[in-house]
Amino acid sequence: MSIFKYASPSTFYPLAGKIAPWFAVVAAMLGAVGLYLGLFRAPVDFQQGEVYRIIFIHVPAAWMAMLIYLVMAAYGVMALTFNTRLSSMMMEALAPTGAMFTVLALWTGALWGKPTWGTFWAWDARMTSTLILLFLYVGYLALINAIDDKKRADKAGALLVIVGSVNVPIIYFSVKWWNTLHQGYSVATSGSSMDPSMRMPMLVMTFACWAYAIAVALWRVRAIILEREKEAAWVANLYVASPPKTSGARA
Amino acid sequence: MNSLANTTPEMLVISPENGVLLAFRRDYRLAMRSRGEIIQALVFFVIVVSLFPLAVGAESALLKRIAPGVVWVAALLSVLLTLPRIFASDYADGTLEQLAMSPYPMATIAAGKMLAHWFTTGLPLALVAPVLGVQFGLGTSELGVIVASLMLGTPVLSMIGAIGAALTLGVRGGSILMALLVLPLYIPVLIFGAGAVEASMAGIDYAANLSLLGAGLLLGALASPFAVAAAVKISLD
Repeated sequence: MSIFKYASPSTFYPLAGKIAPWFAVVAAMLGAVGLYLGLFRAPVDFQQGEVYRIIFIHVPAAWMAMLIYLVMAAYGVMALTFNTRLSSMMMEALAPTGAMFTVLALWTGALWGKPTWGTFWAWDARMTSTLILLFLYVGYLALINAIDDKKRADKAGALLVIVGSVNVPIIYFSVKWWNTLHQGYSVATSGSSMDPSMRMPMLVMTFACWAYAIAVALWRVRAIILEREKEAAWVANLYVASPPKTSGARA
Repeated sequence: MNSLANTTPEMLVISPENGVLLAFRRDYRLAMRSRGEIIQALVFFVIVVSLFPLAVGAESALLKRIAPGVVWVAALLSVLLTLPRIFASDYADGTLEQLAMSPYPMATIAAGKMLAHWFTTGLPLALVAPVLGVQFGLGTSELGVIVASLMLGTPVLSMIGAIGAALTLGVRGGSILMALLVLPLYIPVLIFGAGAVEASMAGIDYAANLSLLGAGLLLGALASPFAVAAAVKISLD
């Protein structure tokens, strides 16, 4: 079996349909466990009180926001080097989830910042670079939606995300140095490591978000495949009452 | 006769340098024939910078403090507005397709075009900037740093911008979309460029910022011709 077997939309479509529910179940279970541990079992922070519990969603969301962009860049490299349509479809399927996590990270960060720092928004290096990451997601989505020719949209989006991913570390460090130059604002991140009872729920929630992202991306890519391949014979066969067994699976 | 008229025979040898040279000469000459556009970008730069004192007040201490950022943001916006010049008209009349089919590698043509773009936008901006700096009360050494930072930074703006310009060729709402794609990627250049001037104003060593701009310039010079060439090919497909 070639590793490229599932690079074809017609073979990936049923596979995605089979595995997506499992990831959804894992996400729901881990999410329930993580929220229980985080909201009921983790101790109250001696400095911040209850409000710190927002990190159990904030930190996983921020991590996923960055990870999904990097995964999109990896798919972008595959799309341009192997010329696989499915890679571009995966990029398109991942982008809205990545943007959603970025918004979630910013939103929860603001909600945490108000009671803790006394302000919804500070031009802190991490907040600023996350905001720029959101701009990159929006730019990608705007570009692929503006181009009518799907093939061109795929490749343009792939190139944009690759260029953007080269820029992500540069942006991060530039913002970080800018921040130290401009203002003496320092986030009081405690130097000591987190207590395991607080770290555990955060890790569980991270895996929950991860599984959620995979499940949603797989479902979304199924929709994208159907939309793009609607003229193909194998798609037509999906909706025939009893698909003829002898016909080829591929158009 | 045409743009090949004063091309010497050795220039017709197919080599990467000649690709850069031909594209540069052609674009530079075309830009020089419509000098109005170059001047318009400069006037835009001056107007945007002049808006700030009117908006925030004429208090000289405040103006001096915001001067590096204002000059840099205005330079960035005027470069942004000139980006369509790199490819749009060549794309519209089919020249770009002919260039892509020429024996010169597309990356060399892209490099020549970016170079010509910088010569006709970034360089004039850098030369005009000191006058605006004086209006904002900057000292001589700071004016030197502003020119140096613009000299190092604006080529990077041309390079990143060329990628955005190539990707959005012939796309609905192309110019606003291009701004959306390009502006986030401009942020590091803005930070280091304005940062260098601010550092010199604060009496801190500004060499680090200029070095980082230089590093960005080298990275861009190495990578951007290939990225732009890929983007042009995607748009022509």
